[in-house]
Amino acid sequence: MDRVDHIVRRSRFFDAFFAVVGGLILVAVLIVLFVLIGDLFYRGFDRINWQFLTSFPSRFAERAGILSALVGSILVLIVTAVCSIPLGIAAGLYLEEYAPKNRLTALIEINISNLASVPSIIYGLMALGLFVYKLNLGQSILAAGLTLGLLVLPIVIVTTREAIRSVPQHIREAAFAVGATKWQVVRDHVLPYSSGGIMTGVIIALSRAIGETAPLVTIGALTFISFLPSPPLTPEPPFISFKWLMDPFAVLPIQMFNWISRPQEGFHVNAAAVGVVILIITLGMNAAAILIRWRFRRRIKW
Amino acid sequence: MRLFRLFGLSLVVWGSAATVWAQSKIIKIDGSSTVYPLTEAVAEEFKIVRPEINVTVGISGTGGGFKKFCRGEIDIQDASRPISKAEMEACRAASVKYVELPVAFDAITIVVSPKNDWVDKLTVAELKKIWEPAARGQIKKWNQIRPEWPDASLKLFGAGADSGTFDYFTEAIVGKSRASRPDYTPSEDDNTTVIGVGSDKYALGYLPYAYYESNKKRLKAVAVDNGKKAVLPSMESIQGGSYSPLSRPIFIYVSEQALTRPEVREFAEFYLKSVGELAAQVKYVALPKKAYDLALERLKKEQMGTVFGGESQAGVKIEELLKKEAKL
Repeated sequence: MDRVDHIVRRSRFFDAFFAVVGGLILVAVLIVLFVLIGDLFYRGFDRINWQFLTSFPSRFAERAGILSALVGSILVLIVTAVCSIPLGIAAGLYLEEYAPKNRLTALIEINISNLASVPSIIYGLMALGLFVYKLNLGQSILAAGLTLGLLVLPIVIVTTREAIRSVPQHIREAAFAVGATKWQVVRDHVLPYSSGGIMTGVIIALSRAIGETAPLVTIGALTFISFLPSPPLTPEPPFISFKWLMDPFAVLPIQMFNWISRPQEGFHVNAAAVGVVILIITLGMNAAAILIRWRFRRRIKW
Repeated sequence: MRLFRLFGLSLVVWGSAATVWAQSKIIKIDGSSTVYPLTEAVAEEFKIVRPEINVTVGISGTGGGFKKFCRGEIDIQDASRPISKAEMEACRAASVKYVELPVAFDAITIVVSPKNDWVDKLTVAELKKIWEPAARGQIKKWNQIRPEWPDASLKLFGAGADSGTFDYFTEAIVGKSRASRPDYTPSEDDNTTVIGVGSDKYALGYLPYAYYESNKKRLKAVAVDNGKKAVLPSMESIQGGSYSPLSRPIFIYVSEQALTRPEVREFAEFYLKSVGELAAQVKYVALPKKAYDLALERLKKEQMGTVFGGESQAGVKIEELLKKEAKL
């Protein structure tokens, strides 16, 4: 009886010990994170005002703004989303629902997982050769969007598959049992039930894209640009213009990097402010992901 | 109704004409991060004078910029050193000709902490002793430089190997470009050196003059003795040429192809006319007035080529350089 007591007590001690260690590590990590973010906000938050958001770069820190970089980042992100989301979801769906399980698909799966961990600079070099020179897209928003699209494609595919896999098998079986075709099963059951997870993956992928610098530096994003890309809406028919796709651009992380390495203190404040803007955008997108997932979860009743 | 259509048609014509017109008026500039603040300032001012001309400036580094320049992708190249032999060859192969225009001075400042009360000056020979490759692991204490200095370890900060500052410092001090001791704290971002040297009594570092000029409270500059006289870096000593060998001109290169476009020619002239005044605002040192006149003349006559023959030259007077014959 004593022996059992002893074992139980020892196990309980280890349980408690592990919980304490884990908790401490978590607290330490959070403190570091909050100090970093707090420092960024402390230095940069006051700088964010209407003038900062609507001005072009300037040699005077207090007159400089991020308009061109902000618009550039948003437009690049739109191109990234348009080319990576449909492709990524379709690929994930195919691999999970349609593809026969054989060596070829296994090879493709391994490659996709590998691609997700390739350093982003490699994508930049590939894009410089392929998009900028071979396809002759130049240093354009389109080239940048495609580059980041490729970069996040594996992430979208992997999360899509994860989300699809979480749909219980018996749902599919039940649908097949009442005579649904494969496409009907996918369209009416698999996709709706997994869309929360897919959306989350997509938004996390896009949040990664907005912070990327290396591949965009490689393909030639600019630092000083004092005009906006051509407007997507035009007063004359056909009213929609895609000329902005070929325009030169700047993005937020590059603007931040440029300012942080300037000698004047004022630019360092600007850099912190850009950091806060990027952080707010990323947090906003993540919040949207959580909200979307929550709403989809609520709707599903099995 | 017809009037309406006519109106619509003219709108289309106007719109497409406007877009074509707008597209042709982009001036593309790329290159050195050292020259960037100057070009940014000029581009900003130019935008006020000629709002319809769009100027873009990128930072690919002097080397990266020349690659694009010799491929004909950009109109103007920012360069913190003269064009190299290999780059001249590349440009010649692609038959890209260029006008070389010096726009300002860049000076390297030797800095120590304000708490350092023993260093009055350093000779070029002493600097060489500290920084040459052979100093690796050998020169570790202040009293090894001069016996009367403290017996304390010497902490070194300098530019990272990718920067033009590193290239120039090693060439001017060690005598061979890119030859440096490796055991120091290198930084691609010179603010690291500002913080590192500023907070350590026994530190020594070098950085571009603009970083010293913006952080005078945190750093103390050391006079450099080139054998004639110990000179502190300042706007006057750099401009007058007495702060030698650690000051050098920086350039823009304008391609001949681009000069056929009136807006590029106008921008280049505007650059030379306004940069003297703008340089001080971004903490750079302007060239003497005469140098800008000579450079403008060179631009107007479209004298193609470089006066350096593919090699950087430490401690040469700018006016003398401008009088030399340029070669492609």
